[in-house]
Amino acid sequence: MIEITNLTKNFDQFTAIDDLTFTVKEGEVLGFLGPNGAGKSTTMKLITGFLSASHGTVSIDGFDISENPIEAKSLMGYLPEGAPSYGDMTTLEFLNFVAQVRGFRGEEISQRVQHVLDEVELNSVSQQTIETLSKGFKRRVGLAQAIMHDPKVLILDEPTDGLDPNQKHHVRELIKNLARDKIVIISTHILEEVTAVCSRAIIIAQGRIVADGTPAELESRSKYHQAVSVRLSEDYDLAADLSGLSEVSEVEKDGEDEMVFRILASDGKSIFSQVSEIAQAKHWPVTEFHVSRGQLEDVFRTVTQQTQGAQ
Amino acid sequence: MGTLPIIFKRELLSYFATPLAYIFIVIFLISNGIFTFDLGGFYARGQADLLPFFSFHPWLYLFMIPAIAMTLWADERKTGTIELLLTLPVRLADAVLGKFLAAWALIGIALLLTFPIWLTVNYLGDPDNGVIFAAYLGSWFMAGGFLSIGSCMSACTKNSVIAFILTVSICFIFVIMGSPILLNAFPAWIPQFFVDAFSAMGFLTHFDSIAKGVLDIRDFLFFSVFIAAWLLASAVVIEMKKAN
Repeated sequence: MIEITNLTKNFDQFTAIDDLTFTVKEGEVLGFLGPNGAGKSTTMKLITGFLSASHGTVSIDGFDISENPIEAKSLMGYLPEGAPSYGDMTTLEFLNFVAQVRGFRGEEISQRVQHVLDEVELNSVSQQTIETLSKGFKRRVGLAQAIMHDPKVLILDEPTDGLDPNQKHHVRELIKNLARDKIVIISTHILEEVTAVCSRAIIIAQGRIVADGTPAELESRSKYHQAVSVRLSEDYDLAADLSGLSEVSEVEKDGEDEMVFRILASDGKSIFSQVSEIAQAKHWPVTEFHVSRGQLEDVFRTVTQQTQGAQ
Repeated sequence: MGTLPIIFKRELLSYFATPLAYIFIVIFLISNGIFTFDLGGFYARGQADLLPFFSFHPWLYLFMIPAIAMTLWADERKTGTIELLLTLPVRLADAVLGKFLAAWALIGIALLLTFPIWLTVNYLGDPDNGVIFAAYLGSWFMAGGFLSIGSCMSACTKNSVIAFILTVSICFIFVIMGSPILLNAFPAWIPQFFVDAFSAMGFLTHFDSIAKGVLDIRDFLFFSVFIAAWLLASAVVIEMKKAN
């Protein structure tokens, strides 16, 4: 379990992380979201012990990162932002080095290295120097070193940044497979990734937590949650037909497409059946009709801009 | 076993993975040859010792060691690998020492490869090999002094060229601290103990006696303490500047 208590980091006058408190349990995949500069990477650097906190504590399975750094670091695998690695080494040499630093000896080294090479599909480039590799391969080398010791805690700073869609899919599958009995924290600004792999999402803005919940919970905070989206073939006054329904809060025109309307539900209640009954009874000229899920992007924008506005 | 030997090995091998180690060794050997035989008048002196060889070492090190030292930490910072290294279960002391020892070993290898000069002087005459051995050791310790300054300067910046210039400048000060030209320039009102203390910090003060065969444990102690102090400073600087 990771326990983060009142974590604060000041750089000179600037407060990058402001009193963060949260815990992450085994089996959770936590997506760490936030606009650029919100403090995602700084938080990860504090958790992994690269930076030391101004106030507050980070404890990994009971080991405090500043009091027992070696024990705490041994439990974690970390992919820093940009997946840095020693460019003049070959993939194999680099992974051997990491395996040795992680405490493997003799036969174990080649076994572990072979295991991670298979896991992230790096066998084809094991003899190449890392600086000659493509961005996708470099990122996978970074992932390989992070999972070398089958860590209980995996911290990945933008693991899919710069990968093509196939590679992204592969990395997400990898994270899902790894996650079963582990703690995984990934930072990302790709919101679809959160829905795809995370069991929980924390949104931070200006160093503070502004939202914390499962992706579904966060989506339900969107004003588009349970909204019914309709496409019409000709102009029609939907609002007049729906004025009797108290569950409908508003009818909104799509910004891009003139013929698409969104019927918003008040309080996130399901309005699909009522609306579809009215549509049939009134013979709406409908060509498309579906319920939209809440959009994480919309929630993200709302909660992060609120904090900016408040300051 | 701690992580120090693993870091040491990685660093040393990485010198040989690029042309750096080879270029360093070749230039070191060529410069030594030129200094010893041409400028040092090795033959003309008609003496069976290696004084001309060793007396150029401070000046040779002044430019060659900063070139080795400049990348020690600056490159780690620039490429971001420092974040990787220091989030592995590695003690900062192991990292600082491992890197230093690897670079020091490289210089040691270059120094050992000057053995033909030793063979030459033994072929031509009957030198005191004890003196030569002590001078080799003294030279290597002095190199360590230069390198420890370089380690600290490299920790100060992401830019290895800046690290190089800073290291050369500070090393130059330490080289000339004990030289008579500088000491004579002190005004008379400055107390003698201060001038003595200033002079005692100079590399030449300690190295000249070693090179001449005066084996004083205090000279080795000076370089050891000097290295330890600068490495400690390196660790402090790394700790302080990690966030940048």
